Amino acid sequence: MGKSYVAGTLESSDCLITLSPADKLKIEIDTVVHEAFYDHIKTLIEKTLAEESLENVRLRCQDQGALDYTIKARLKTAILKYKESEDG
Amino acid sequence: MKHERLGELLDGLDLRDGMCVSFHHHLRNGDKTLNLVMQALHERGLKELHLMASALFPVHKPILPLIKDGTIADITTNYMNGPIAECLSNHGLKGSLTMQTHGGRARSIVEGDNVIDVAFIAAPAVDKAKNASGVHGKNACGSLGYAIEDSLYAKRKVLVTDNLVDTLEDPQIQGDAIDDVLLVKTLGDAEGIMSGTLKITKDPLGLKIAREALRLLQALDVFEDGVSFQSGAGGISLAITKGFNDIMRERGLKASFYSGGITRYHVDALEGGLVDKLYDVQCFDDAAIESLKKNANHHAISASNYANPNNANRVIKDLDVVILGASEIDTDFNVNVTTDSYGTIIGGSGGHSDTAEDAKLSVIVSPLLKARTPLIRERVRTITTPGKHIDCLITERGIAINPKRRDLLEKLKDTRLPLFSIEELMAKAHAFTGKPKVSHPGDKIGVVESRHGSTLDNLYKKGD
Repeated sequence: MGKSYVAGTLESSDCLITLSPADKLKIEIDTVVHEAFYDHIKTLIEKTLAEESLENVRLRCQDQGALDYTIKARLKTAILKYKESEDG
Repeated sequence: MKHERLGELLDGLDLRDGMCVSFHHHLRNGDKTLNLVMQALHERGLKELHLMASALFPVHKPILPLIKDGTIADITTNYMNGPIAECLSNHGLKGSLTMQTHGGRARSIVEGDNVIDVAFIAAPAVDKAKNASGVHGKNACGSLGYAIEDSLYAKRKVLVTDNLVDTLEDPQIQGDAIDDVLLVKTLGDAEGIMSGTLKITKDPLGLKIAREALRLLQALDVFEDGVSFQSGAGGISLAITKGFNDIMRERGLKASFYSGGITRYHVDALEGGLVDKLYDVQCFDDAAIESLKKNANHHAISASNYANPNNANRVIKDLDVVILGASEIDTDFNVNVTTDSYGTIIGGSGGHSDTAEDAKLSVIVSPLLKARTPLIRERVRTITTPGKHIDCLITERGIAINPKRRDLLEKLKDTRLPLFSIEELMAKAHAFTGKPKVSHPGDKIGVVESRHGSTLDNLYKKGD
């Protein structure tokens, strides 16, 4: 517990994903396009986590207006780091 | 009357609740005059004042408590950003907010739609005959264009200065009209007066937009002797101004005038013999101020002579091309530079809708996406400039021409420029971003007023 796995940056049009182990799935999204795209981003993250079969994590997405492929790439990188360390 | 104490000056004024006080914004984010005067009026217990400031910046944050406690009830301005803009967007104000244009403000003062009780005019240099200039002194700001109508039409006109001199040879404000002079320690903070970031964009997308804009202007045969041109001080606009100069030089052409806010790229054109005259309503950098001092063909002009729609001699009625920005544009070509897509006030027309209406060709330049937020909407959140006055949109992924300008489309029919309908450009953006959810506005807080004085759109609080 306590270790976290990070991918991305806080630059404009990028996002910073932080993953850490947890008892159950918890997703926090903080985005500059909350009004227009919060639901869209939440769905994308949930779908990606399901594809990667990751459940018991705390995920924080600090989004500066990243497009889907950026969010997905950052998320998959963080997941890879998480799996290598936590599952290995 | 000359005063050295603000209290003594205010004792001599007919101060009343509900009165209208005006300020100009040539000191931009270095202005100390507005805060000084408004705090003093607050201390005297005045209520429900109408603040008519040509623009409000982050530096004016100290007047927030005056908006909250009702000392200031109404605000009329042409542009605002920073904490005041955010507060009004979230909480509104006691009275109403009116967002004007530079030309519309001048018109409303000249025609008496807005009667200013006291104009407090920050003046970087004042002489013994109460003449004023913006080009001399430690807080020089250049042109005082936006203050000229205030200095002529307010019931009482007060110059506020930190620099008394014997005589000014080239005054921009005539002493005959002035009632009082107030001497203060300092008008402002020179660092905030000059816009710090006047640099040509280095962003490859911005540079591509600038190149496409210049290609379009060439395809439309804009470049000829006597052409007139205006563009702003944003990074893309500056790249276009420099590119415009380069093409004029290569072809051995000379423009008739450049107008609006002046930068060193405009001065380069004047001093390089590429343009006959600069009509300057606002200096954006030191090079512009220096040029205004020494170049006979660099003219400071008043807001009315710049853009008042009912002034037959306004400079921009002869304007050929204007380059403008956008926070949003919709499929009817309406442009928003007043709020963001979610309702927070981030600016205002300034001269946007004045020049778009008067210029023969108005060109919007902007990235198609700004951190996931698409530029093109089905409907803009706030109309600053009606679509009928907008001719072209240039983005990094294509160009759209307003279908009403069939003459332009005809001229471009054999072009290799990447022309699309504005709906096609919107679809391209949505392919990257997904379709944005439309946010719903809250209560009405004010209006966007057209330069002619009619209501163009309403301003609302941010929704939830």
